[in-house]
Amino acid sequence: MAKTLAQEFTKGLWKEIPPFRLVLGLCPVLGVTTTVENGVGMGLATTFVLVCANLLVSMLRNVIPPKVRIACFIVVIATFVTLVELVMQAYAYPLFLKLGLFIPLIVVNCIVLGRAEAFAYKNGITSSLADGLGIGIGFTMSLAALGAVREVLGTGCFTIPFGAKLTLLTADWYTPFTFMVQAPGAFIGLGLMLCLMNLVPSK
Amino acid sequence: MEHYIVLVISCIFVNNILLAQFLGNCPFLGTSKKIETAVGMAMAVIFVLVMAGGITWLVNTYILIPFKLEYLQTIAFILVIASLVQFVEMFLKKSIPGLYAGLGIFLPLITTNCAVFGVCIINIKEEYSFLEALVSSFSYAAGFGLALILFAGVRERIILARVPKPLQDTSIGLITAGILALAFMGFKGMV
Repeated sequence: MAKTLAQEFTKGLWKEIPPFRLVLGLCPVLGVTTTVENGVGMGLATTFVLVCANLLVSMLRNVIPPKVRIACFIVVIATFVTLVELVMQAYAYPLFLKLGLFIPLIVVNCIVLGRAEAFAYKNGITSSLADGLGIGIGFTMSLAALGAVREVLGTGCFTIPFGAKLTLLTADWYTPFTFMVQAPGAFIGLGLMLCLMNLVPSK
Repeated sequence: MEHYIVLVISCIFVNNILLAQFLGNCPFLGTSKKIETAVGMAMAVIFVLVMAGGITWLVNTYILIPFKLEYLQTIAFILVIASLVQFVEMFLKKSIPGLYAGLGIFLPLITTNCAVFGVCIINIKEEYSFLEALVSSFSYAAGFGLALILFAGVRERIILARVPKPLQDTSIGLITAGILALAFMGFKGMV
């Protein structure tokens, strides 16, 4: 194997971090990142689907005929998404309501399908697992970062995921611009973050 | 009749699928560099979305609900959409080659276009009737096309401008989309 497991894992955290380096799966990135908590919840759900789908696809890669592989990937991914949907409905109902439409939409998230096609179908089980985990964690971090920027600028508060809500910028000197938590803020926030990422020279 | 007009306006402008609901953003950024590709993509989405919206509504009402299989909604819908896209592609190739040549490359992309899948789920969530589902599918798709073509027009101009290096391409694209979304927010009070 040319690359070590550690390299497969860490490439998802910076070199190929979605959605900045791989511009895929933008819809949940823009749609749910009004708070850090939503971002992290969405990121974890996607990570779970990504890891499980990568694992199963790489296990079945010798059985799946190349001609119908995309359909097979979609069925595998849809199964795990349904699983996440039902589990969240049972144990994290408030978060499920907030994420709403975007949970079933993990099925059509290009990152998940892209990793199955580009990586798991060609590589062994352990490296697929490392790849899925790395990309998933990278995706969660990006969502959390964008969520933090939008939440702090838009409301002046910062919610620790699944914990307390802190007021960082108090109302007496800071007027929150609610624009950031609405639709345009998502596009502009992500665009500016992408610009910052581009400023850092890549190796 | 009035009800349908309100539905059309709210789907095209107020709840624009791209700029207010954030669905279908990958093709939005991917196929918006030229107006011609944008028009092709918009046509393909309108064509597939109306069919997918109708068929998934029928599948949900006459197969999933009677057999109490609603929890299979995600799997059933994505399979319906994927096979529909394949079928449409084969049908067009055989019988309407002219249209196929125009839409051809965009059709496979539509399977993973979350706008199509998202609208199908919205139709079920809002408990639309069959006709309402068809109307809303068409209007959402038209809204998608409108935003995409407007955006492509803006992007063609940006190519001529001198954009700072770190902001180039996707970055300035996203910021432009944000400004366009700001314009669409003006429709908020309409319905």
